[in-house]
Amino acid sequence: MNTAIAQIGLGPYLTVSAALLVLGVFGIFLNRKNIIIIMMSMELILLAANLNLVAFSSVLGDFSGQVLTLFVLTIAAAEAAIGLAILTVYFRNRGSIQVEDVATMKG
Amino acid sequence: MNWVIALPEIVLAVSGLLILSVGVLTKKGHAFLPSATLSIAAFVVTGFFVATSQGGVGYDGLFVVDAFARFIKLLAIVGGVVAIALSVGYTNEHRELPFEMPILVLFSTLGAMVMASSANLMTLFVGLELSSLAIYVLCAMERDRLGSAEAGLKYFILGSLASGLLLYGVSLVYGYAGTMEYAPIAAEINGAGILPIGLVIGMVFVLVGLAFKLSAVPFHMWTPDVYQGAPTPVTAYMAGAPKFAAFALILRVMAGPFGAMSPRWQLLIEVIAALSMLFGSFAAIPQRNIKRLMAYSSIGHMGYAMMGLAAASPAGTTGTLVYLTTYLIMNAGTFGVITAMRRKGREVTEISDIAGLGRTNPGLALVLAVCMFSMIGVPPLAGFFGKFMVFAAAWNAGLYPLIAIGVVSAVVGAFYYLRIVKVAYFDPAAPAFDRPAPSVSFVSIAMGLATVLFLIGLGPISEAAQAAAQALIG
Repeated sequence: MNTAIAQIGLGPYLTVSAALLVLGVFGIFLNRKNIIIIMMSMELILLAANLNLVAFSSVLGDFSGQVLTLFVLTIAAAEAAIGLAILTVYFRNRGSIQVEDVATMKG
Repeated sequence: MNWVIALPEIVLAVSGLLILSVGVLTKKGHAFLPSATLSIAAFVVTGFFVATSQGGVGYDGLFVVDAFARFIKLLAIVGGVVAIALSVGYTNEHRELPFEMPILVLFSTLGAMVMASSANLMTLFVGLELSSLAIYVLCAMERDRLGSAEAGLKYFILGSLASGLLLYGVSLVYGYAGTMEYAPIAAEINGAGILPIGLVIGMVFVLVGLAFKLSAVPFHMWTPDVYQGAPTPVTAYMAGAPKFAAFALILRVMAGPFGAMSPRWQLLIEVIAALSMLFGSFAAIPQRNIKRLMAYSSIGHMGYAMMGLAAASPAGTTGTLVYLTTYLIMNAGTFGVITAMRRKGREVTEISDIAGLGRTNPGLALVLAVCMFSMIGVPPLAGFFGKFMVFAAAWNAGLYPLIAIGVVSAVVGAFYYLRIVKVAYFDPAAPAFDRPAPSVSFVSIAMGLATVLFLIGLGPISEAAQAAAQALIG
């Protein structure tokens, strides 16, 4: 069952997933343009965690990681739907989805 | 499989779906009141089931019911009922909330209850997301107001970032401990001589994600904006149930699976608690908007509640639970008054709008004053007992620097709470507010009375909190 991982080891999987996480976090904090890009970065973070879960699950020979991955995929879909809905509502009120415009409240 | 163990959650989920169908079938524009009434009824029934539920573990070790879970669930239910009652008074001809609002509060509370009962990282994550996703929508509920949409957007972005980090932490803990269940993780950590670094990093990620939901410093940046922008009943809700659930998770996860690692996370919690207390009191001073002020106040209060956690003792956990109870009561009273702040049907939220409330509406002013004094921690009001218990626990644990910081920030905090009382009683009167809706007056007066008479309930509540702490730490 874990032949693919046995050949190359856990390391590469964890590295790719850590890279995805860092990309996602930086995508959120360094991005000064568009909110859609922030939402893409959020998906990257969830995918990083999913990759981790599946890789660990395969190495450990334990299914709960894969079960959680399925839950996370479902939740990510719901989250994206809610996010886009809120973004639409925001756009109708503000007429823009630039990051710098999301600052009517300050203090 | 013992499915009865999740009966309260099942009842709440099914009634949520039923109320949703009732709302859809009712004539458009008339659905809010039936949906709110039915939601409160569902909460009451669920509360009854929670109070009478049997303890135990079910669903293959995913779900646990004990005194601790029951305590947190009842707090969350009370928070949900208060928010719905306030929302009934909030809707009028100028401001309407859709009938989905009480149902979303219901589902978010359901998520909080699942979190309180989690015995597995999977239950933790799914419960957390159920609770958070509903709140993202709740914040953006007033679709025609920019502030509400902006609050929803901000909370969504930062909240999902926190969930993502938490999930990444969960994956690391799972990988390095080899299981998602709390008890085996604890056994793994106890057995390991040198902890794998992945496990420690995972734990920190989980803690960061939870601290974010708690709005503890340094993960508080979303709080003021979201509190200010969200509809007032939603703000009242956000300061309650989700925070209790996040606290439940921190207590459960830190005392359970990571209990053996306590020297490693204790310092982290201490720093977070100290920063939250200081930030909550100093940053609140220049605020003019009362909802924003309450956001900073909530950050500060979370710091005090964390002080009990930092003590890492049964007394500390008891203190935290009592603190959360008192916070629920005085916070609900304050938000009752804030919901009542309307002129000609329009909501006003500046602190200067409260001026002269002592003359124009003595009842509301009295509730406000009682809640503010309670938040300072003046005996014999509710807030005093919570503060006393966490301070005592921290003293016994020898956390003297934390106590010093707590005292300093309590004194600074007293300044801005007293300023509100001064504005309400001694400033030249602003025009009077509208007559508050019956449900709003009811919530304010009931919570004001509960704050004053907390001493009567102190015995049973602290006993229940003690039992809860014992169930957790053993």
